[in-house]
Amino acid sequence: MFGYEFYIDPSRCIGCQSCVKACEECETHRGVSMINFDYIDRTNTIATGAYVCFHCDEPTCAMVCPADAIKKGEDGIVQSALKPRCIGCSNCVLACPFGIPKLVIEREQMMKCDMCYDRTSVGKRPMCATVCPSGALLYATPEQVARTRREKPNNVFYFGSQRITTKVFMMAPAERDFVSIDIADYMSEENDGPFTTA
Amino acid sequence: MDPSQQPSPSNSNQEPLWREEFSIFTADERYVSRRQMTKFLTLTSLSMFAGNLWLLARSLFAKRGAAFPEAAIAKVGEIPVGGVKLFQYAGEQCILVRITDTSYAAYSQKCTHLSCAVYYEKEQNRLECPCHEGYFSIQDGSVLAGPPTRPLPKVTLDQRGAELIAIGMSGGEG
Repeated sequence: MFGYEFYIDPSRCIGCQSCVKACEECETHRGVSMINFDYIDRTNTIATGAYVCFHCDEPTCAMVCPADAIKKGEDGIVQSALKPRCIGCSNCVLACPFGIPKLVIEREQMMKCDMCYDRTSVGKRPMCATVCPSGALLYATPEQVARTRREKPNNVFYFGSQRITTKVFMMAPAERDFVSIDIADYMSEENDGPFTTA
Repeated sequence: MDPSQQPSPSNSNQEPLWREEFSIFTADERYVSRRQMTKFLTLTSLSMFAGNLWLLARSLFAKRGAAFPEAAIAKVGEIPVGGVKLFQYAGEQCILVRITDTSYAAYSQKCTHLSCAVYYEKEQNRLECPCHEGYFSIQDGSVLAGPPTRPLPKVTLDQRGAELIAIGMSGGEG
């Protein structure tokens, strides 16, 4: 929108959680943060990652919604579940390959990042991107990103056999054309996965 | 993982109908405007009104007292007092009851409420519909109790010698 795109670079995340707090401040959903904040393998590293919704071109969350509550607008933003329709079934929570939607029990509604629709739809930057001190969450023009970043913006993801293209870009090593995650690695309960339970 | 081995993303031309009608993309949603809705309601009620006029006209100009065939339905004394005999007459399933030694009555068996088959209740001497407990008089077929509002069509009987002849059917149409 307005020539800007959203870029996520987990390698720049310093774990300050400014984005989480800034998101909570938004008056459209005060007190509930839509940032998906991750500690990546907490026992071995201090690395963190902050993610917003990737706004898939074919959103899995909307496709599995039995109540027709999740809609993708013409501007490419996948909105939170419509309050009058959402039945709180958590289908979207389970289906989203990025783990973005959250069921807010008190509101009996799924709420997710809508890229600060009240702000970005009028040309302002999302709250999280305005406060991020390290540029891990960046809302900028593609030219600006090409000029200032080594990494390659990437919006093609493979989760097992599911191919997903997204509106939001993830910064990946320059030699990669797509991001691929073998979900079978994460489904195993044996100690051969990337995350051990021991 | 090699992307060339991946299945291609779902083709939107092969979407099922329900997915088309309830699209996840707001741009593809099929909204109905207030004007469309009003037009639909007006035209639908107009056509229903016209249909009712046609039904009214048809019933006004329909032939009255269409000739019923004569049909021998039973022999006198064939059934005992309080006994019944079922028969077909003029395309209707009918029931013949011997009320007393000499008097008979015959009615359409189709309840005027929801078309269940009525039967003769000997102890109460009335016709009963088991579905919703509608009761009809055995004398003239009028409603005694229950949900039906119209009397049972009565089959007019004529006794000729030892035979009972059905010569017509009346009532129950209003």
